[in-house]
Amino acid sequence: MPDLTERHSPVPETHHTTRDDAMAALPRDPVFVTDKLNVYYGDFHAVTDVDLSFGKNEITALIGPSGCGKSTVLRCLNRMNDLIPTARVAGTVSYHGLDIYGERVDPIEVRRRIGMVFQKPNPFPKSIYDNVAYGPRVTGMKVENMDDLVESALTGAALWDEVKDKLKQNANGLSGGQQQRLCIARAIATMPDVVLMDEPCSALDPIATLKIEELMAELRNNYTIIIVTHNMQQAARVSDRTAFFSVQQKSETGDRTGALVEYDLTTKIFESPADRRTEDYISGRFG
Amino acid sequence: MSHQSVRTRTAVQAVRDSSLRLEKRGVDVAGELFRAVLLLCIVLGVLMLATLLAYVTWRGWPRLDLNLFTQMPSSIDLTTAGFLPAIVGTIWIMLGVLVTVVPLGVSAALYLEEYADTERWWNRAIEVFIQNLAAVPSIVFGILGLAFIVRAPLALGPVAFAGSLTLTMLVLPTVIIASREAIRAVPSTLRQASMALGASKWQTVWRQVIPGAVPGILTGTILSMSRAIGETAPLLLVGATTFVQFLPEGPLEGRYTAIPVQIFQWVVRPQEEFRVLAAAGCLVLVVLLLLMNSVAIWLRARFSRES
Repeated sequence: MPDLTERHSPVPETHHTTRDDAMAALPRDPVFVTDKLNVYYGDFHAVTDVDLSFGKNEITALIGPSGCGKSTVLRCLNRMNDLIPTARVAGTVSYHGLDIYGERVDPIEVRRRIGMVFQKPNPFPKSIYDNVAYGPRVTGMKVENMDDLVESALTGAALWDEVKDKLKQNANGLSGGQQQRLCIARAIATMPDVVLMDEPCSALDPIATLKIEELMAELRNNYTIIIVTHNMQQAARVSDRTAFFSVQQKSETGDRTGALVEYDLTTKIFESPADRRTEDYISGRFG
Repeated sequence: MSHQSVRTRTAVQAVRDSSLRLEKRGVDVAGELFRAVLLLCIVLGVLMLATLLAYVTWRGWPRLDLNLFTQMPSSIDLTTAGFLPAIVGTIWIMLGVLVTVVPLGVSAALYLEEYADTERWWNRAIEVFIQNLAAVPSIVFGILGLAFIVRAPLALGPVAFAGSLTLTMLVLPTVIIASREAIRAVPSTLRQASMALGASKWQTVWRQVIPGAVPGILTGTILSMSRAIGETAPLLLVGATTFVQFLPEGPLEGRYTAIPVQIFQWVVRPQEEFRVLAAAGCLVLVVLLLLMNSVAIWLRARFSRES
């Protein structure tokens, strides 16, 4: 099988049974492939040797206890770690086959194609319209009709009906859930092909969370979604694949570092995890 | 009576007997004292200012008329002598300060907050320099202005703009420090959101950081302009003439004077009429300052509402 001989295969031998399922154990058409991804913050080795591949038009969830490096990995995918002066990334992250950490790669070009939604809704203190139009404007996108683009982005984020009569109002007047959907609209307005979500519902109430989850299921048709979440039920509900990270001690020095423990189809991770640590975590015995 | 009501009654009785107390226990002496001290400080501050204003109003009362604003100074016709050249001079000087100190101060603050690597020793050295600069006596800036701005290398001569540049050096640290605080207060989540959408650093600074920092920058500007407008000593050194009976031709041409210099000129004369004039001059200065600051406060309110 070609997918088993793949160089980036992070899946141990025991998982080969899943190839008979509708979905392969590894995404056949990966948007991202990380190879020996290591991240350091100064002297701190935050993440060690992560090999992952993220499938096109799939939702991949990254779960694990605090400090396991799941957000760090997410931020490597659109080079947001570059904003932290002490951060250093080793290994490769290939995006459609191109290493985004390559020498001549402009991180701004990377971020134009890979959108991001943050933990706390962070709309700009501007009108709803200007929030959505911000990305296309700063990136110099050739837009024939900005009004249409704003409408389609807001529709895509399931917010249009709620805000169509107050596009000129300040976005800070929206509720938390609406703000977060506005942030999603803002991210998809630049027409990315990947949307990264860093605990997008952790500041929201259950109803707003449900709306975002429904939205994610819809967005999957057009976008590749990678979500970091603390909420295991959420990972189980929305994602196709789940990567479980954990904090480990390095054998040489005993320093703590984040590492990938297990990566598989979400059903597999939650129903019959291969690794004892995954089982302990999802059953609530640890973390 | 049922068994339960007996139990309930017992429970209520037990609560009454217990030592549970929710009433206030005496007066919170420390808290009240602290509050009183805070109030006293405010009252003292306001009282000093009010006394000052009341005193100059009382002293200047005979001469509080429009002539103050429209007439040239005179040492003969004291009943109509005014501050016109000084007012025009002060306006020229303050405009010069405004157009130089805001871009310089905000740029320096942006560099230190957004671009400088604080690990580097030279950036830390710059910070220490700026903080110490704020403590240099104004007369020292006057000497510097005389040596470098009025004379070579800039060699502007004793013109209003030379006074502006001297005062700019004086208040620059205030603007830098206030602007840095304002820039730091812009949430980093906005910077991240902007960068994540593919904006460059430059776009992020212009579209998010600066608009968000405007209210704080304006506060710093108000403070520094208020300081600059009352400065006398450095202006005397860089050539603000104490007695002119004509208007300055412009910021870069002709002799000039400023209101505090004019007040100084009146107040050292022995005759009572001059003292009255000086007191009235103080009020002219206050009026000008209030006008200037109200524009800044209006601007600040506008920007704060937007964000």
